Amino acid sequence: MEAFLHQVFSGLANGAIYASLALALVMIYQSTHHINFAQGELAMFSTYLAWAMINAGLPYWAAFGLTVVASFFIGLIIERAIVRRVADAPVLTVVVVFIALLVILNSVTGWIFTYTIKVFPSPFPEEPLFGPYISSHEAGVVGVSIFVLVTLFLFFRFTPLGLAMRATAENAVSSRLAGIRTGWMLALGWGIAAAIGAIAGMMVAPIVYLDPNMMSGILLYAIAAALMGGIDSPLGAVIGGLTVGVLENIMGAYVVGTELKLTVALVVIIGVLIFKPTGLFGRSFVTRV
Amino acid sequence: MGGLYVNRTRLILVALVVVLACALPFVLSSYRVFQFNMVLVYAIVLLGLNMLTGFNGQISLGHGAFYAIGAYVAAVLMDHWGVPYWVTVPVAGVICFIAGFLFGLPALRLHGHYLALATFALGISMPQILKYKGLEEWTGGVQGIVILKPEAPFGLNISQDQWLYLFTLIIALVMFWLAWNLLRGRIGRAMVAIRDHPIAAEAMGIDVAAVKTLTFGVSALYAGVGGALGAIVVQFVAPDSFVALVSITFLIGIVIGGLASISGVIYGALFIQFVPNIADEISKAAPWAVYGLFLLAFIFLAPAGIAGFVRALWARLTTGSTRKKRAAQTQET
Amino acid sequence: MPILEVSGLCAGYGASDVLHDVSFSVEQGGITTILGANGAGKTTVLRALCGMLRSARGSIVLDQVQVNGKATESIVRLGVGHVPDGRGTFMNLTTEENLRVGAMTRRDKAAVAADFERVFSYFPRLKERRHQQAGTLSGGEQQMLAISRALMLNPRLLLLDEPSFGLAPLVVQDIFRIMRTINEVQKVAILLVEQNASLALDLASTAYILETGRVVMSGPAHELREAESVRKSYLGY
Ligand SMILES: Nc1ncnc2c1ncn2[C@@H]1O[C@H](COP(=O)(O)OP(=O)(O)OP(=O)(O)O)[C@@H](O)[C@H]1O
Ligand SMILES: [Mg+2]
Repeated sequence: MEAFLHQVFSGLANGAIYASLALALVMIYQSTHHINFAQGELAMFSTYLAWAMINAGLPYWAAFGLTVVASFFIGLIIERAIVRRVADAPVLTVVVVFIALLVILNSVTGWIFTYTIKVFPSPFPEEPLFGPYISSHEAGVVGVSIFVLVTLFLFFRFTPLGLAMRATAENAVSSRLAGIRTGWMLALGWGIAAAIGAIAGMMVAPIVYLDPNMMSGILLYAIAAALMGGIDSPLGAVIGGLTVGVLENIMGAYVVGTELKLTVALVVIIGVLIFKPTGLFGRSFVTRV
Repeated sequence: MGGLYVNRTRLILVALVVVLACALPFVLSSYRVFQFNMVLVYAIVLLGLNMLTGFNGQISLGHGAFYAIGAYVAAVLMDHWGVPYWVTVPVAGVICFIAGFLFGLPALRLHGHYLALATFALGISMPQILKYKGLEEWTGGVQGIVILKPEAPFGLNISQDQWLYLFTLIIALVMFWLAWNLLRGRIGRAMVAIRDHPIAAEAMGIDVAAVKTLTFGVSALYAGVGGALGAIVVQFVAPDSFVALVSITFLIGIVIGGLASISGVIYGALFIQFVPNIADEISKAAPWAVYGLFLLAFIFLAPAGIAGFVRALWARLTTGSTRKKRAAQTQET
Repeated sequence: MPILEVSGLCAGYGASDVLHDVSFSVEQGGITTILGANGAGKTTVLRALCGMLRSARGSIVLDQVQVNGKATESIVRLGVGHVPDGRGTFMNLTTEENLRVGAMTRRDKAAVAADFERVFSYFPRLKERRHQQAGTLSGGEQQMLAISRALMLNPRLLLLDEPSFGLAPLVVQDIFRIMRTINEVQKVAILLVEQNASLALDLASTAYILETGRVVMSGPAHELREAESVRKSYLGY
């Protein structure tokens, strides 16, 4: 029982990370109907930035904040410089561009920081503060994720900018007719998605260690989470993330063994796409024939 | 040159390329022969992927998985049951055809991004499946399987590398010939129609589901044949040779070579074989950065790939408007 | 001095043009209507005015500012409220959020609050449905919402694309009455595109008839109302 509870709690912590990254995917999907295959690598790159800052002597939270801001601008620039050019292009073109971004981010990081695995610090204490079932880092991850989610919720629900972004995601033509600069809203969406991804990367790096390929598995879980919740539903992404996190741990511990955990994500992805393409909370499944 | 029609100049050109390809192993060092052998292997895989993605419009980001299955089928058959290497190639093809066909069934319901997602997931999870303890007895787990290099048969007085190259070349020629026949026929036209006008294709009485799953199967068959040959040529299979980036490499190959072009896969194969080697000398990470930049450059500036360039050049070189017209007409093929 | 002066407007969607050399104007504080059958190009005219068609050529002058080639959002910010074909409702936002989107470009909080009250006084139904998801509103309510959203911009010129489309006669009368109020009280100039010629000619002072992308007739509304050809084709008597 104890071991089981431990699996559940650490699953929730992982799930919180998947939820964040899934939310980033959903944000971009909602506004452009693109699935950003480079989201994970973007997060990985951001985490390296944080590592470099911490290594240069910056206190953890300063590096954390700076990384979030820097990632926001990186996301913004990528949208303005590259993604908007393929806004109306065929799906294959869009996919290829995202794959190119994935590959470039991965290799540039390897180039700059080498492929040797690095230790990334956790800002939370070593000793468990919240009882025997959950480590402090895991509890911290959950806390940070809740903070991020609540902040985003408040931003989108109660600020004019948040409203403008929601309007743009829903109906870009009507938004332009209301005078909203939709191009900037999309760029902003990319910026925010990149910032969320950066936080997810910094939270997961102490667990999986820092290396240029660290996010590929995590992105897969995030995709599974986003699809499970419904690719156009932010709430779904969060619930999907937590579900996938717990499911992964339980399956890993008791059913398929740790070596096939990724296959769980594969099965979830294909299963959802085939049997319930709208996910749990999705509104519409847009097939682009 | 990417068109599917026949004429004399074209025939002469193809014959010339074949003769050149036959002569290669007798003039190059054995390492170069190995490299060109891999070019042939990649060309077969890319041909399959191009049928699926280029001609039929189904995006696969996970063809490395079928390549891996093909490679493992060959390796396990040879290692475990002592099956002759040349038997493993068709067996790998058939098994991958079945695997691709089965994957293609659910994929029928997925379009564009979603199919890309599903195949992407397949590509990423493949190495883990190959490492799986339950299969270790056959797959050799993380260690993989070492394969012995076959000798030249019939007492031919050529080296193992030369023989393997010629063996691959023969299979590649057969595979190209089959693909060319398939693509220029009724099924090939149906594939393109489904890509361009899915609804109209349905209305025209094309069995869209059958053509799409069949294309998926055939495409996987090509990847499997390539995988088996690749395993024999490299003499080794291991899970980490089949990471997700392999699938991405294949995608890069068809985009840069030229989508929906038969000759394009040769340029693509040359690209993915040699460009990393050149870039490797700069840094271990450089090939991928170069790949990425090339990919962006091609998709924005030359979406028809190298085959498109060659076609344009060809149209310019040959005088006479009929050819120009034809080159323009076959832009998509 | 017209608030909107269009001359030689050509525009279309692909290779071929839908509009050919269309010219018209809307007076400051006036009401102009463009009538035409299905597919005549009425919606296309409004889209071209708002910079929504890249193919648009010709001169579009809004209050002495040349707006050709400007981005839609920039033209809108000059004070053009567009009630689009199909109403353009933000289905997943509430009624109130839809209106707040309309007021997005404004910084004068007090005036925005007053405009909220004003549109609610025009359309009390919207006030009742204030916190309801706009996707659940009826067709008539969504049309009211679309007009209100455009009004929240505090426009000088209001473009309306078939506001009567698909609505019950009573609702249509209501909407036309309010358009007159908007014009008289708020001094907003109106360009109304309609198939319902009778109502439109009653409301407008100037009218243009569009046939297959060309202006075939124009003049004061009351004169066109009398014209034989207009009576036959558009008024049906
Ligand atoms: N998005 C579009 N793409 C291509 N052609 C279009 C598009 N919208 C309209 N058209 C064509 O342009 C022509 C004019 O259409 P438009 O919508 O302007 O007519 P309308 O006068 O508004 O008609 P209605 O009264 O039915 O709304 C039509 O022939 C139509 O088929
Ligand atoms: Mg219309």
